[in-house]
Amino acid sequence: MQIQETPALKAEARNLNFFYGENKALKNINMPIYDKKVTALIGPSGCGKSTYLRSFNRMHDLYPGNRYEGEIRFFPDNTNLLSADVDPIEVRMRIGMVFQKPNPFPKSIFENVAYGLRVRGENNRRVLDDKVEHALKGAAIWDEVKDRLSELASNLSGGQQQRLCIARALATDPELLLFDEPTSALDPIATGAIEELVHELKKRVTILIVTHNMQQAARVSDYTAYMFLGEMIEFGKTDEIFIKPQDKRTEDYITGRMG
Amino acid sequence: MSANNTTDLSQVSNRLAYNAMRNWKEKLIEAILLGAAAISVLTTIGIVYVLVSESVHFFSNVSIVDFLTDTQWTPLFDDAHFGIMVLISGTLVSSAVALLVAVPMGTIIAIYLSEFADSRVREISKPILELLGGIPTIVFGYFALLVVTPILQYFFPTLPGFSLLSAGLVMGIMIVPYIASLSEDAMRAVPMSMREGAYAMGSTKLYTAIHVVVPAAISGLAASYILAISRAVGETMILAVAAGMQPNLTWNPAEPAATITSYIVQVALGDLPHGSIGYQTIFAAGLTLLLITLVFNILGQWLRAKYRENY
Repeated sequence: MQIQETPALKAEARNLNFFYGENKALKNINMPIYDKKVTALIGPSGCGKSTYLRSFNRMHDLYPGNRYEGEIRFFPDNTNLLSADVDPIEVRMRIGMVFQKPNPFPKSIFENVAYGLRVRGENNRRVLDDKVEHALKGAAIWDEVKDRLSELASNLSGGQQQRLCIARALATDPELLLFDEPTSALDPIATGAIEELVHELKKRVTILIVTHNMQQAARVSDYTAYMFLGEMIEFGKTDEIFIKPQDKRTEDYITGRMG
Repeated sequence: MSANNTTDLSQVSNRLAYNAMRNWKEKLIEAILLGAAAISVLTTIGIVYVLVSESVHFFSNVSIVDFLTDTQWTPLFDDAHFGIMVLISGTLVSSAVALLVAVPMGTIIAIYLSEFADSRVREISKPILELLGGIPTIVFGYFALLVVTPILQYFFPTLPGFSLLSAGLVMGIMIVPYIASLSEDAMRAVPMSMREGAYAMGSTKLYTAIHVVVPAAISGLAASYILAISRAVGETMILAVAAGMQPNLTWNPAEPAATITSYIVQVALGDLPHGSIGYQTIFAAGLTLLLITLVFNILGQWLRAKYRENY
């Protein structure tokens, strides 16, 4: 018999509910996020997967009328990320995010990557140079931009911009990296580059990725969660979810009968 | 069958007739629109023509070198001097004072309204702020003369009753709404996704506003500053009332001085014979003013094009 090895926990949602005003968008979600693994969130549009993802770095705090219930425990320190006395800025210092559409700042390539370091008070030029280079290498874009670091980031192609945004998130050594449909605005080649990168990055960082593309989930993730109408329908190892889903609704979605 | 064809044909011809009617209407509307657009262009051309043609007469009597280098402006004296720098200095000093007030204040208000104020505060305060821009400038002028100058004199007893400083400060207050309103529009046009990117990196509201939103909106901010400069350079009543109208070549805001605009008002109100040299100075001064604002407008266009951010 094979020995089942359970990886360490990085985070865990416990009885998580979320409300946009009166509208309950997440319903009693319980789910582990394993350390140094890629966890994919799939489900039809409006199922709450982005809402769930954005709870981790408290993005919902930016808008009035949003309310969390329950907990997201973050390890090793067992902090409740959603607790009212946890500063969302502190949370975002530990958790990076890459958005659906590349959103580089109106600054040079270098300053885009250095941004998070500067926010954290780092202004030593040598440290910045080092970390920026390291982050750009980590995001597999160093060779393309090393001779043009002072150019505006908006001059880069869409795929390069997205990898720059990944470098920006990596520069501050986040413990968890959130990807919100990072390839939905990219062509297939740029998408391939990002997927390869995600695969590479999980050696360093825990990744939670929302995707519309089931092949993508199957290719890049170790664990997959299927969400539907704000509920977590099924969570498991990616092969198991895709090969023999336990729930009828998961099976319908994966086989394309719904969604 | 044949009956059917006839009706079809008549229907087709009806439809074509309708189309012809519609095309004719479209043409008419297009002509009206073109006419409306042409009026404003023709007016501009007319103004430039009048300014230039009258100035040509002026410059046949006064050399351009004298006009630009003479340090006195006494066109109505027997010993006439035509040094436009005297008026330009008053214009530039009062505008600089106004901008020193309006640019920081307008930008700070815009940042507050766009990034910090909740929607209810914004909804109430923006129209009130814009109301400030609707106050007649003559009111601002007397406000400067009767309220601001005495207050300034309390702190600086040597300040004369008319000064560029007092007029400039009030002019700055007048311009604040233009800068605040246009800058706020520019900053609100910065997509939320860019702000979210900044917040996700752990930045505070203020850091996001200064390091991400303002740079992203810089072309809009520059445009609002340029508009403010044009307003300041062209402002008349406040300066005519509160800055004194004596030509005075000075860079010191604590002195009274005439500006290009206040000189034009002064002379235009007097009874100068048409065609006299004094009369022609109005047009030379007006042309100078036009050129100054033109330079700033071109600068503004250039800044817009250079820093335009495509999201």
